[in-house]
Amino acid sequence: MKRDLAGIAAFALAVVALAVLLDSGVWLTFAMMALYGALLAQAWNLLGGYGGQFSFGHALFFGVGAYAQVIAQVTHGVNAWAALALAIAAAGGVGLFVGALAFRYGLKGSYFALVTLAFAEVFRIGALSVEFTGAGVGMMLPLKESIANLQFGSRRGFLLLIGGFVVVALLVTAWLRHSRFGARLQAVRDNEDAAMAVGVDPYRVKLAAIGLSGAFMGAAGAFYVQVFQYIDPGIAFGPHVSVEALVGAIVGGMGTLWGPLLGALALHALADVTRNLFGQLPGLNMVIYGVVLVLIVMFLPRGLTGAGQPLVRWWRRRRD
Amino acid sequence: MLEFGILFPSILNGVTTGAVYALIALGLTLIYGVLHIINFAHGALLMVALYAVYLLKRHLGIDPYLALPLVVPAMFALGYALQRVVINRASHGKDENILLVTLGLSIVLENLALMVFKSDTRTIETAYTLTTVQIGPAFIALPKLVAFGGALVASALLLLIVTRTDVGRAIRAVAREKQGARLVGIDVEHVYAMCFGIGLACLGAAACFLLPAYYVNPQVGSGFVLVAFTIVVLGGMGSFAGALLGGLLIGVVESLSGLLLGESLGQIGIFAIFIAVLLLRPQGLFGARA
Repeated sequence: MKRDLAGIAAFALAVVALAVLLDSGVWLTFAMMALYGALLAQAWNLLGGYGGQFSFGHALFFGVGAYAQVIAQVTHGVNAWAALALAIAAAGGVGLFVGALAFRYGLKGSYFALVTLAFAEVFRIGALSVEFTGAGVGMMLPLKESIANLQFGSRRGFLLLIGGFVVVALLVTAWLRHSRFGARLQAVRDNEDAAMAVGVDPYRVKLAAIGLSGAFMGAAGAFYVQVFQYIDPGIAFGPHVSVEALVGAIVGGMGTLWGPLLGALALHALADVTRNLFGQLPGLNMVIYGVVLVLIVMFLPRGLTGAGQPLVRWWRRRRD
Repeated sequence: MLEFGILFPSILNGVTTGAVYALIALGLTLIYGVLHIINFAHGALLMVALYAVYLLKRHLGIDPYLALPLVVPAMFALGYALQRVVINRASHGKDENILLVTLGLSIVLENLALMVFKSDTRTIETAYTLTTVQIGPAFIALPKLVAFGGALVASALLLLIVTRTDVGRAIRAVAREKQGARLVGIDVEHVYAMCFGIGLACLGAAACFLLPAYYVNPQVGSGFVLVAFTIVVLGGMGSFAGALLGGLLIGVVESLSGLLLGESLGQIGIFAIFIAVLLLRPQGLFGARA
C-alpha cells in the first residue's frame, strides 16, 4: 500500500510539473489526451480488470456523462462544476441500473459483453431520436472561458483537471488492491462459486464495481465536453470510446494499478507516430488499436506490465 | 392505419429480409455451437464479402448471383485460415480472449475498409434491380424474392452438410464431446477450422443474395452483427431451427416496428428484444439450457 501511494504521489507531482514546465501546445495536448485515454482505460479496468466483467459498451457511461454535463449547463443553466458532479452521478447511476439488470440475471462472459454493447446502441439510437439531446445535430457548449465555467484558456488547466481525475482513479484502484471490498471483487473474478461459498455476495460486489466504473467514465465524458465543447450521439455512444477504454486496459495489463496508464500512453504515442508518418487518414487510429489488441492477446496476454514483470523482479534482486 | 393492405407488404418485406438474416445467423450459431466462441467479427466479415461481390461486379462485370461459386469458397478459405492462424493461437484456452481477438479483427477490417473505400455507400446496378413481382396486394422487388429463396436453399444445404456428411458427423461429434471425438481419431483443430470456414461461407452466400437489393459501406456489418446475435440468442445458441425461425421473426419485427415507429426508432425494437431475451431467457426459445 505504501509503495502504491508513493508511486501515485510521484505521478501527481509529475503531472503538476508537466503542466507548469511544458511550453509547447503540441506536447500539452499530447499529455492531456494520453491522460484522458488513461482515465477511460482505468475506468474499464475497475470492472474488467478487477471484476472480470468485460464490457464492450463502456461508451454508454461516457455518453451519459457527456450529455449530462452539456444538458445541465445549456438547458438548465447549472454551474459547470455542479454539472460535473451531476454527470458523474448520472453515469454511475446508469452503471448501477445496467449492472442491476445484467447481474441479477447472472449474465457473464460474452453475454455481458453483448448486453452492454446493446445498451450503448439503444442509447445511441435514443439520443438520435429525442429532442432534449439535440438529436443528430448534437449539442454545443458555448465558449465562456473562466475557472468557474470549467473552461481554461490553455491546455494547462485541462491537463491538471484530467491529471486530478487520473490520480483519483489510481487511488481507488490502490484501495481495491488492498481493501476487503477489492479482495471480494477479485475473488468473484477468479472463481464466483468459491467466492459465494465463503460468504461473498457476487451480485452486490459486481454492482458496486460497475457503479464505480461508470462514474469514472462519466467524468471522462464530462471532461470531453468541456474540452471539445461539442457532443453528438456517434461520439458519445459509438464504438470508439468503448474500444479505446478496453484496448488501453488490455494493452497495459488488466487488473494492475499502472497498466491502464501505461497502455494509454503507449497507444497514444503509437497513434501520434503513425499520424506523423502517414498523415491523418480516417480509420488509421482504429486499425492500429485493432492490430495492437490482436497482437497483445496473441503474444502478451498479461499486457505490457505482465511482460515487464520479469525485468522488475530482476532489478529488485540486483538491488537487494 | 393497420389495414391488411399496409401490414401485408410490410410482413412480406420482413420475411424476405429475415431469410437472409437467418442465413447470417446460421453461420454464427454453427461457430458458436461447435467452437463455443462468439465470433464478434461476423458483421465485419459480411462487409468483406459484400465488398468482394461489389468489386467483382464493378471491375469484372460478374453478376452477383454468378459470383456465388467464387465468393463462397473464398470466404470458406478465409475462415479456415483465420481460425487456424489467428483465433486458435490467440485463445490460450480462454473464451474471453477469442471474444477480444474477434473484436480486434472487426475493428481492423472495418477501418481498413474505411481507409480504402472511404465511408461512401455503394450500390450496384443490375438489369433486375428495379423489377418487381406482385404477390397478392403487395409488390416486392425481384432481388428480395431471389434472396429469400436463395437463403432458404443455402440453409437447407447447410443442414444437409451437417446431418448427412462425414464432415457434419465430425462437427456434431466435436460439438457434443471434444475429448471423445479426439479419442476416436477426429482432428479437432481441422473440424474447428472447417466450422469457421462454413460459417463464413454462409456470409459469402448471404452477401451475393443481399447486394442486388442492398448497399455496402464500411459500417454495414455493425448493423448486422447485433441483429445476428439477437437471432442467435433468441433461437438459442447453437440451435439451427432457432436461428431459422429467429431470423424470420426478427425480420418481421424490424419491418413492423419500422412501419409503426419510424425508420430510426425501428431498430430499437430489435435491441429491446435482444436485451429482454438475454435477461429473461438467455437459453433462447429453443435452447436446452443457459
